[in-house]
Amino acid sequence: MSHHELDARRLLCPMPVIKTQNQVNALQQGDTLTVICTDPGALNDIPAWCRINGHAVLETREEGHEVRVTLEIGESSIAL
Amino acid sequence: MTESAPRTLQQPLQRRAIALVSGGLDSMLAVKVMQEQGIHVEGVNFFTGFCVEGHTHAIRKKDKDKNKRNNALWVAEQLGIKLHIVDISEEYKDVVLNPKHGYGANLNPCLDCKIFMVNKATLMLNKARELAGEKGFDFIITGEVVGQRPKSQRKETMPIISRESGADDRLLRPLSARNLPETLPEREGWVDRSRLHDFSGRNRKPQMALAKRFGLDDFAQPAGGCCFLTDESYSRKLADLWQARNERRYELDDIMLLKVGRHIRPAPHYKLIISREEGENRFLEGYRYQFTSITTSSCPGPLALIDGELTSDEELRQAAAIVARYSKGRTDDEVVVEVRDPSGVARQLPVCPATPDQVPQEWMV
Repeated sequence: MSHHELDARRLLCPMPVIKTQNQVNALQQGDTLTVICTDPGALNDIPAWCRINGHAVLETREEGHEVRVTLEIGESSIAL
Repeated sequence: MTESAPRTLQQPLQRRAIALVSGGLDSMLAVKVMQEQGIHVEGVNFFTGFCVEGHTHAIRKKDKDKNKRNNALWVAEQLGIKLHIVDISEEYKDVVLNPKHGYGANLNPCLDCKIFMVNKATLMLNKARELAGEKGFDFIITGEVVGQRPKSQRKETMPIISRESGADDRLLRPLSARNLPETLPEREGWVDRSRLHDFSGRNRKPQMALAKRFGLDDFAQPAGGCCFLTDESYSRKLADLWQARNERRYELDDIMLLKVGRHIRPAPHYKLIISREEGENRFLEGYRYQFTSITTSSCPGPLALIDGELTSDEELRQAAAIVARYSKGRTDDEVVVEVRDPSGVARQLPVCPATPDQVPQEWMV
């Protein structure tokens, strides 16, 4: 199990979610990932994406103009 | 019953569908209709670069109370389905630049777009079947309704989409299926055709009634659909970009910038993109390393990017005067602006703000 970081600054919705999704597909169950974004929409969208795809959100945090979402990868499904 | 019992003695296999989910009501209803028939549905949403989404509200500060949610994700959560979001923005350029079936009222290549998206879903379906066999997917659904959209959703375009996408009879439109020929899922008895719908035309009442029956009362209904290309003023800006460049091409940054700010073209070879408020200011800030930019330093004012090359100092003064016109110092005799090139080298320039008649209406893109 390992921790990873994804820089999604300056990307607009839905790109932070797409980048998160693509990175998660390459990780193992139990790994953790912190995504750093500047689009405030990510604060809603990344947790929503995690809920519907079975990943756990460990923390969401706003720091100035940045949003940090940390998630733990759940069981994998067929990657379409 | 043991795990090795033959299929006929087990529960019937649950059939699986991929749904094209835009985030609007129709695709939401199409999924509901399938779920009601026991079909397992997963959604796919395509990002073309032209999607009208929460990010346009995210940019503009005055829209900050508007919901910043991504509608497709929100819909998927309401429906309890997984959602795969796919970035097709690069491949999509060919659809926008060379639509085989032409454009709609604006630069919207709706029919080619639908064929492209159903084709992408078909390739995903084929790949999943190859990888997972019965645990892959059996068919594709969309929220299309016959006669609802003048370009793409007509009775005669429905079979074109099925055929040219390669989905053929694996493409089912649950809201209009009874107006269309039988598809594989209906023939095989995976779904009951009599419980599908026969909606047609632009009247939204049947959808509203069905939404009510399913208990859905919060859904997005953007007037022009979910794509900026159906928007007249956006299409005008895109056409202007192509004309100015003497070629039809664009990068993702170009089409993002068309969604933001005031666009003023004083000459064919350059235009100004001027922020209208703080949120846009912050957004354009991120582009200062790609474009020469102008800000006002003697008073509060906007941030402007220069898209194109200025050919003389006189032109630079003109551009600076226009930017000063949109600052707090518009009525002052002089405003000092800072002109910064992409490498960060800046210089100060005093200018007299342009008067309204020095920025004629025809310059507004």
